[in-house]
Amino acid sequence: MAAYEVNGKSIEHDEEGYLEDIGEWSLDLAKIIAKEENLEMTDEHWDVINYLREYYDEYQIAPAVRVLVKAIKKKFGPEKGNNKYLYELFPYGPAKQACKIAGLPKPTGCV
Amino acid sequence: MSEEIQTEYETEGVEKKFMFLNRKAPYGTIYALEMLETVLISAAFDQDVTLVFMDDGVYQLKKGCDTKAVNMKNFSATYKALGDYDISRLFVEKESMDARGLTIDDLVEVIFEDEDDDWAEKPAVHVKSRDEIARLMEEQDVIISA
Repeated sequence: MAAYEVNGKSIEHDEEGYLEDIGEWSLDLAKIIAKEENLEMTDEHWDVINYLREYYDEYQIAPAVRVLVKAIKKKFGPEKGNNKYLYELFPYGPAKQACKIAGLPKPTGCV
Repeated sequence: MSEEIQTEYETEGVEKKFMFLNRKAPYGTIYALEMLETVLISAAFDQDVTLVFMDDGVYQLKKGCDTKAVNMKNFSATYKALGDYDISRLFVEKESMDARGLTIDDLVEVIFEDEDDDWAEKPAVHVKSRDEIARLMEEQDVIISA
């Protein structure tokens, strides 16, 4: 089983890089995953990551992109609540890539 | 010049009426969770979706489920997200509720924003009689039961 190395600790992930145990997530781990995804994390990235984690905490699922876009629009305004903005932040898909960094499972229905 | 390339599939814009009929308790088997995942996926395709809960299926919407002892993921909270997926009809059968001593106050709240009413927030869970549900079944194109 492949693993991330965080502060001397091994944290297992599946073949696509999603955590085996979502309880193992930490900010340091998120930074390591982001680095492997070749992403330069900014405050705007973290806003999305934090939102995803809050959503998962409340509903026990990662939201579909459509739901995420709608929610970001509500929270941060229309200039951020659109597909283009989110894909610029996470070029491999706001759901797929951002969920990985947020330590969440791959969203349901995401191929 | 070549002819215009056709990029649209013939199924584009086809909307069917889907009913997902939930009849089993949420935990102990995988049926309820599999159905919920199917519902979430179908919502991505802009279909007309109705969920019905009858028999022990009414327990799927019961508040305060604790799954620690059965070692299953607690997905009860996920039903509350269905409003975000524009699912606005979750019907529970009155006869099944009565037989189990449940009222609508025992169930989780699911809120959706009504597009046709200036996005007003409205409850999506409603109690319907067996007769009303039977009539709704008649109107469906597809019924998936588990």
